[in-house]
Amino acid sequence: MITGANGTLRIKGGGTRPIGQCDGDELNTSAMSGISLYEPGALTIVAGAGTPIAEVEKVLAAENQRLAFEPMDHRALLGTKGAPTLGGMAAANVSGPRRISVGACRDFMLGVRFVDGQGNIVKNGGRVMKNVTGYDLVKLLTGSYGTLGVLTEVSLKVLPNVETIGTVMLYGLTDTKAIEAMSAVLGSPFEATGVAHFPKSKFGDPLTMIRVEGFETSVTYRAEKLRDLLKPFGDAEIQIGATEGPGSPEGWSWVRDVTAFAEHPGDVWRISAKPSEAANLVAKMEANAVQYDWGGGLIWALTDEGRDLRAALGDFDGHATLIRGKADVPTFQPEVPALAAITAGLRAKFDPRGILNSGIMS
Amino acid sequence: MEMPAPDANVMSRKAQIVERLSEVLPRDAVISDESETRAYECDALTAYKCPPLCAVLPANTKEVADVLRICHEMGVPVVPRGSGTSLAGGALPTADCVILGVAKMNDVIETNYDDRYIRVQTGRTNLSVTGAVETNGFFYAPDPSSQLACAIAGNIAMNSGGAHCLKYGVTTNNLMGVTMVLMDGTIVEIGGAHLDAGGLDILGVICGSEGQLGVVTEATLRILHKPEGARPVLMGYDSSEVAGQVVTDIIKAGILPVAIEFMDRPCIEATEAFAKAGYPMCEALLIVEVEGSDAEIDAQLKLIMDIAAKHNPVELREAKDADEAGRIWLGRKSAFGAMGQINDYMCLDGTIPVSSLPFVLKRIGEMSKEFGLDVGNVFHAGDGNMHPLILFDANKPGDLELCEDFGAEILKLCVEVGGCLTGEHGVGIEKRDLMNVQYDPADLEAQMAIKDIFDPAWLLNAAKVFPLNTSEARRAA
Repeated sequence: MITGANGTLRIKGGGTRPIGQCDGDELNTSAMSGISLYEPGALTIVAGAGTPIAEVEKVLAAENQRLAFEPMDHRALLGTKGAPTLGGMAAANVSGPRRISVGACRDFMLGVRFVDGQGNIVKNGGRVMKNVTGYDLVKLLTGSYGTLGVLTEVSLKVLPNVETIGTVMLYGLTDTKAIEAMSAVLGSPFEATGVAHFPKSKFGDPLTMIRVEGFETSVTYRAEKLRDLLKPFGDAEIQIGATEGPGSPEGWSWVRDVTAFAEHPGDVWRISAKPSEAANLVAKMEANAVQYDWGGGLIWALTDEGRDLRAALGDFDGHATLIRGKADVPTFQPEVPALAAITAGLRAKFDPRGILNSGIMS
Repeated sequence: MEMPAPDANVMSRKAQIVERLSEVLPRDAVISDESETRAYECDALTAYKCPPLCAVLPANTKEVADVLRICHEMGVPVVPRGSGTSLAGGALPTADCVILGVAKMNDVIETNYDDRYIRVQTGRTNLSVTGAVETNGFFYAPDPSSQLACAIAGNIAMNSGGAHCLKYGVTTNNLMGVTMVLMDGTIVEIGGAHLDAGGLDILGVICGSEGQLGVVTEATLRILHKPEGARPVLMGYDSSEVAGQVVTDIIKAGILPVAIEFMDRPCIEATEAFAKAGYPMCEALLIVEVEGSDAEIDAQLKLIMDIAAKHNPVELREAKDADEAGRIWLGRKSAFGAMGQINDYMCLDGTIPVSSLPFVLKRIGEMSKEFGLDVGNVFHAGDGNMHPLILFDANKPGDLELCEDFGAEILKLCVEVGGCLTGEHGVGIEKRDLMNVQYDPADLEAQMAIKDIFDPAWLLNAAKVFPLNTSEARRAA
C-alpha cells in the first residue's frame, strides 16, 4: 500500500488520539492485531501494532503483570471512541503518572518492526531487555507519530503488578508549595510512583497526591514515612488500598487521563518542564485550569480556544504540545534550526515522498 | 579483524593537520609525537592496536567544535575517545585519524536536587558523577563494572548498562539531555532538564550510536536518592536449569530485585581459588539483591528464600548485615580478575531471553569442548545479559583467532534463540562483522541512513558498527 501510494497516507490505529492534523487515504493498522509472544518470566511481550491495549492488559493481568508506564487513555479528553492500540500508543510515546519513577513508553519499548515511506520493511531492537546492537531506532520510531514509518509490530518490557497502592494526600497547598513538597518526595528514598497536584479538583481544592505501590507492609511503611517527611507542608491523609476516591486506582486513572478537562471546552496543552520552573510557567499561562503530574515536570493546561500558549510561556527548558484544539499554531514545539535540520533530514531519508502522516509534526 | 587501509593523502598532510589543530588548542592539547600517540593505540580490547595520526584533548565544547570543523574541512577521520575502556574496540584508532579524547573535560556544570539532575562534561568518570552527589544522598544509577575509569562520554556512546539495570535501566533511561558537536562543527542542544522529547526522540538515537553521529561534550543525567539499604541472598543449585527456573519464579512472584547475578561452575571454581569468598561448589550460583528499609528487605528476602528453598538448593545464605553482604558480593566482583589469573580472556555480552538460559549454557559447554577452550559464565540473569569469558593464550599462535571464532558462534547462538549480539558493551569492531547475523540489509541501511544525516562524509568513527563491505561505498564517497 505504501509502495503503491499516489498521495499521502493517514495512519490510523484505534483512532483515539487525533493529535496534530494530516490528510490522505487512511492506512488502517487494525488487521495487524494479536499477541505473538508473551513470556511472563522474561517480562516481555510481542504483538502486532494494531493490537488493542485492552487486550494486552487483560493477558498481562492474568499473569499479574502490567504495562508499567501506565499509558494514558485519551478518549475522554479528546472525545474519541474506538480501541486504543499498541501502535498508536508507541507512535505517540504515551505514558502516565508512573513515568516519573519507571520511565516513559519509550523506555519500555524493546523492539519494532515498521515499514518506511518507500515500503522497506525494517526491524530494530528485539525482545530482550538489554540490547545495544546498532543504532536505537526503537526510540526514534517511538513518538514519531507515524512520520518515519508505519509500525507493524512492537515488543515491550512489562513489569509485575503490585499487591496494593497507597496514596498520601495533602490539601490546600499553593502551586509553589506543592512543587516543593513533590520535589521533597521525589528526592527521598521512598519511590513514589505518582506525584500530582491539582490547584482545583473534584476531590477538594487544592489537592496534592502521592502514590506508593508494592507489597502491603511496604506501602504502609513508605506512606507513613512520606507523611512524616511532608509534615512541614501540613497533615497528610493516607489511603491504603482504597477502592474509591482520589487514592483508588480509579482516582489515579483520573489523573492519568486528565479527565478533569474532558467536559470543559477549550484547548488542551501538555507542557514538559523542569519541576522547579513549573509554577512560574503556570503563572504566565493565564489558563482556565491546570494540573501538575510527574512532580511538576508535566503540566496540563486548559486554555481559551485559539490561543498561542507558547507566546505566553516564552523561552523555557522544555516543550509544549497542543493536544486538543484548533489554535493556528504548530502542534509540536518548533525546534531550534540545528535540530530542525536533523529532523528534516531524518524525515527525508525515511519518507522521501513525504507521504506518511504528512505535516503532522511540522 | 580487518580495518580499512589508511588514507595516504591524509597521512601525507600530518604536519599541516597538526598545525591547524594547534592554532585552536593549547600546545599541550595536541599530541603528535609517535612516542606519545602510542598511548592512544588501543582501548580495553587490547588485541588490536594502531597508533593514530595524532590525538587532541580539548577542554570544552568550543574547542571540540573547532577541532571537528578543521578535520571536516581537511577530510580527516576522527575517532572520539572517552576513557578507553571499551571492550568492543569502540575507540580503536586508524592510522589516518585524529583521536579526540574528552579526558580533560570532567567538570560538574550544575547540580540540581530539586529537579534531580546533574549536568557534567562528558569526560567525567561514571563513578565520580555519583561522587559529586552522594554526600546529599543521591547517586547516578547506571553502574558498568568499569565505572571507576569509564567516562560518561563512552557510557553514552555505548548506552552502557551495569548490574543494577533490572530496576534502574541503562544509560538511555537516565540521560535527559546532551550538548553535541556534529562533524562539521555545529553545536546542537538536545533535550534538557525536562523529560521526553518534544519532537523526534533524537536523544534516543544519539545514545548508543558509538561516537558515529557526533561528539557529546556535556550531558544532563538523572540522579536518584539512594535506597535506605540493600542486601543480597546467595543460592547454589545443581543445575543451571533449576537456577533459571528460580529466576523466573522470583520475577513471576511480583518481586523486582535490583540485581540477579549468575555464575556457573568454572567461574565459581576460578573465583574461589582467587578470592576465597566461601562459595559452594555447584553448577549454578545466584546472587539476588533487594532494596528498601530493613523490614522491607527482610520481607522481600523471605519471599525469595521461600521460592529458592522449593528448588532444593545446595546452599541458601542470607546476608544479615553489611559484612555478610560484602562477602556474598566478593566473589562476583572478583570474577573477571579471577578468570584473568588463569589466562587471557575475551568477554562477550550477548543477551538472550531468560527462558533460553539452560539451553544456551548447555550449548556453550558443548562448544567449549569442540573448540578446546575453557569458558566461564557470569552474568546479569534478570535481564538475560550473558557474559561468557572465553579463556585463551594470547602468546599461542592461532589461539586468539580460535577464541574469536568460538565467541562468534556463541553470539550467533544468542541471536538464534531470540536475543542479540551485544547487551551493553556495544558493537565496535568486535561484533561489527556479525551484524548481518542479527540484521537484514534493509535494517542496516536504515541505521546507516541516520549516519548519513549527522555525518554525510562518514568521517566519525566510520569503520565501526557496520560490516566494512556494507559501509564501503559510503566511507569511500
